[in-house]
Amino acid sequence: MSAERSSPEGIAGWPPPALDPAGPFAGPLNALAWVLFAMGGAVLLVVLIALGVALFGPRRWRGRLGGERLVWIGGLAFPVVVLSALLVYGLGLTSHLTQEPAPGEMRVRVTGEMWWWRVAYVDAAGREVLQDANEVHIPAGRPVVFELDSADVIHSFWVPRLGGKVDMIPGRRNLMRLQADAPGVYGGQCAEYCGGPHALMGLVVVAHTPADFEAWRARQSAPAVMATLAGPGAEVFARAGCGACHTVAGTRFNGLAGPDLSHVGSRRTLGAGILPNNHGTLAGWISDSQSIKPGNRMPAYPVLTGQELRDVSAWLESLK
Amino acid sequence: MKRVGCAACHAIPGIDWPQGRTGPSLKGFGASPMIGGRFPNRPEVLTVWLIDPPSLSPETGMPPSPITEAEARDVAAYLYTLDER
Repeated sequence: MSAERSSPEGIAGWPPPALDPAGPFAGPLNALAWVLFAMGGAVLLVVLIALGVALFGPRRWRGRLGGERLVWIGGLAFPVVVLSALLVYGLGLTSHLTQEPAPGEMRVRVTGEMWWWRVAYVDAAGREVLQDANEVHIPAGRPVVFELDSADVIHSFWVPRLGGKVDMIPGRRNLMRLQADAPGVYGGQCAEYCGGPHALMGLVVVAHTPADFEAWRARQSAPAVMATLAGPGAEVFARAGCGACHTVAGTRFNGLAGPDLSHVGSRRTLGAGILPNNHGTLAGWISDSQSIKPGNRMPAYPVLTGQELRDVSAWLESLK
Repeated sequence: MKRVGCAACHAIPGIDWPQGRTGPSLKGFGASPMIGGRFPNRPEVLTVWLIDPPSLSPETGMPPSPITEAEARDVAAYLYTLDER
């Protein structure tokens, strides 16, 4: 994509850099990528030299290259040894990333949807205790198990600075561990073409210090202070039928089709990692999200007056 | 402008994506005589408009923006460069 976009990397860490590991699960993958690249480069170099010799070399050298022995060694034995060694090395690096969660490990369930991420925090018994969307909060310095699923088509969960890509397959729960060594904001991106606005399906992982994480969890576990039906913004929200698709905890709005908006005002981004989140972008998104993320499942709302649009977006922004 | 996301509503020369349709395109804005079809397009009016449009026009759909006055002047300066017809 072009560098001239609205998404400010300072807010979202998106689009994410691919070869800049920030945790113990991303580091080995980065090493693996470079080892593969170096091996591939070395093999390419050998093949190119052989090709050059075969085309332009002295007759005696060309004769040697034409022998059957070279086919057995260079064509069969060498690839078998090199590829097997790489496979063993790669599997050794990655096998521990996908083990079943141990008791006491933090679990987050992320479900790929067209074209956003449903996020649920899961307790030790496997119950979903907290709902969110497009933003995952984790404590820094400890591994977190991600349970990855899909509601529709195959997506792929990828936060390059924290770990590898794992496909999200309908009807199957894939596991992956991520860890951020330092507090910060780490961008992610759907890495499996899932139709329409796939390229605009980003997400954000926010790593906190343990104390900040507990404070965040406490805030998110209660309804937002402004989650009341009094006020013009909530009235517009009700009248326009937003609650048919969106939940706002603490109110009667309990739709499940779209992202949970209980604390939408506290999110860093809007539209799944792609826009800064503020009063203005909320208004633009509500009014005509199709011009921002064409094909997404939220309709445009040309029925709202300017005042109504500002009221409802101000209310959503206040849901911290 | 990128930090705030003006392009969520406006097509702005120099920004590829998004190109929102909720507000008017800002192509040629620098040569336009009016702001929002209502107010004279002068720097001191534009700066106020960028920070708090409803203070000038209570019916507008354009919300206040989280920018300082200095930033608003910078944005206005950029908008006045968009004077191609």
